[in-house]
Amino acid sequence: MSLLEVSDLNVWFDLPGGGQVHAVQGVSFALDGGQRFGLVGESGCGKTTTILALMGLLPPNAEVSGDVRIDGRSVLAGGEDSIRPHRWKDIAMVFQGAMNALNPVKKVGWQIAEPMALHGVAEGSAARKRAGELLELVGIPASAAERYPHEFSGGMRQRASIAMALACQPKILLADEPTTALDVMVQAQILELLTSLSDELGLALILVTHDLPVVAQMCDQAAVMYAGKIVEDGPMETLFHAPRHPYTRLLFAATPDLYGREAVVSIPGAPPRLDREITGCSFRQRCDVAMESCATEHPDLITIGAGHRAACLRNTAQREETAEVR
Amino acid sequence: MTAVTQDPALAAEGLGVPAHRRGVFWTALRQRKSAMVGLFIIIFFIVLAVIAPFISPYSATAQTCAVYAPPSAQHWLGCDDGGIDMLSELMQGGRISLVVGFAATLVAMVIGGGVGILSGYFGGWIDSALMRITDYLLVIPSLVFAIVIADIWGANLLHVIIVIGILQWTSTARIIRAQVMSLRERVFVKRARAIGSGNGRIIWRHILPQVAPLLIANTVLTVAIAIYMETVLAFLGLEDPTVTTWGTILQHAFDRTAISSGAWWAIVPDGFAIAAIIVGCFLLGQAIEDSLNPRLKVAHLSIRRWRFRPLVGRGKDAI
Repeated sequence: MSLLEVSDLNVWFDLPGGGQVHAVQGVSFALDGGQRFGLVGESGCGKTTTILALMGLLPPNAEVSGDVRIDGRSVLAGGEDSIRPHRWKDIAMVFQGAMNALNPVKKVGWQIAEPMALHGVAEGSAARKRAGELLELVGIPASAAERYPHEFSGGMRQRASIAMALACQPKILLADEPTTALDVMVQAQILELLTSLSDELGLALILVTHDLPVVAQMCDQAAVMYAGKIVEDGPMETLFHAPRHPYTRLLFAATPDLYGREAVVSIPGAPPRLDREITGCSFRQRCDVAMESCATEHPDLITIGAGHRAACLRNTAQREETAEVR
Repeated sequence: MTAVTQDPALAAEGLGVPAHRRGVFWTALRQRKSAMVGLFIIIFFIVLAVIAPFISPYSATAQTCAVYAPPSAQHWLGCDDGGIDMLSELMQGGRISLVVGFAATLVAMVIGGGVGILSGYFGGWIDSALMRITDYLLVIPSLVFAIVIADIWGANLLHVIIVIGILQWTSTARIIRAQVMSLRERVFVKRARAIGSGNGRIIWRHILPQVAPLLIANTVLTVAIAIYMETVLAFLGLEDPTVTTWGTILQHAFDRTAISSGAWWAIVPDGFAIAAIIVGCFLLGQAIEDSLNPRLKVAHLSIRRWRFRPLVGRGKDAI
């Protein structure tokens, strides 16, 4: 049993004008303590929606199905009531644009102490003391607890919101693009901080980003999402060196390398709309190796190696060929 | 404690004391002359109203001099049609006018702030319902409405307060609603929900402190309008006839031929007092609104902290 198990997670959004967007389609993954898991993909492919669903923070026009288990207990089935006791205590989150996750008119220390009081972890001076300790843990002097967010730099605010996420000693930390809007130096520091925190505190870390090099550097496991689905997942090494889905391969090709030896390839087109059923493979229009059967046949996420899964018909075809040869 | 993280250069200049120690708000206000002038006027009238019973030279109800006696050494502002000392009467009238102004404003702010926050925060049908009521009250000609209500309910101080309060909350509600709608979508509200805060806590702890300055600015501006409305209603004879306010003083002077008798002292000082408090409220209210400009909250961006250095010329700053 893993610490976090997500199986067949689906999220639909009702559109104001009728109709639905199937934003997350059958996402499954599992995660253990101390593991770092990267969730990558381009904008609008359902990364953020997936982790908001884990937190039970989707807007009211969302419908969710599937199963999310933390320590074997199902947290989605009972709606708000079943997720609330876990939220922040077991599973906490660093928000996208976390620099804005601080209330500008409250002192930072107060804001870090707030969840402790709400979850009965600590109160009053104990909570304030712990807020100071948490700030020290993320590399900010404890005295800064008495300051307001606008007196912090961008990097400090990001650190403070990580401290806030750690307030109730969660087991799982979700980081939604934690380094967007930060400069490269601060990015590196924040990522280093997250890495060391997950090592020291045994946190399971889910890192949502579109920054592939970051994931490659930090994570041991990764999943690539496209059009609401996981199209490939597995150990980072394998994804990096032997991607088996054309989207993963093209994503890596679209990342400039340091020496400029290889030309950056962009992926033409845009992801498909998710408000109608897609027949066949959702990536086929942008794929450089699409076959005829891609238009009709739906690729399943199949296991192709140790912990390595990919959803591409090429893999299926290849496997059948090798089977025939045998 | 904070001294550790402080830049010593800043501390030496006296700028290093964290702005919040003295109140960011106060710092921003102090830089505006108009705010200080407005605040001074308001405090002057409030203090005068509080100590009026102790310092007023004569009774505000009993006759102490001749009818429409002109200003003299004994009666600085002359006397009214009943031979009552105008200065004493003005002080007494100020007490009631200010009470009506502030009480009506309190009513308006509680309703306006409440409606604004609820409809901005919850949206949906609550928003629609509350905003239709607001729209309705916005388009009603306020003076006509006030006259009708004051007439139906009867001339009474409490009624005047309620009528003014009911008429003045609408614009506040709209302003607050707009602000709350934008605040509600901010990430820190999502975070507050994520850590397990309910709606009540989010509104009280996270939304209200953010709209409070806006509410204060509106309060000050509304006080001016409320005092003005009170004067208008009193002048139209809809104020409680047994009390003395700045409005009733004006009304009595007007009714009892002060103008044709040439008794300007029965009208001018009173009108001046009303104008002064209204100007004071507007100066302060405008200044608060201006200082809500978020960029001014950051001390190092404020207008007084930087200066141009001439590239040529004399002085120690010259290159």
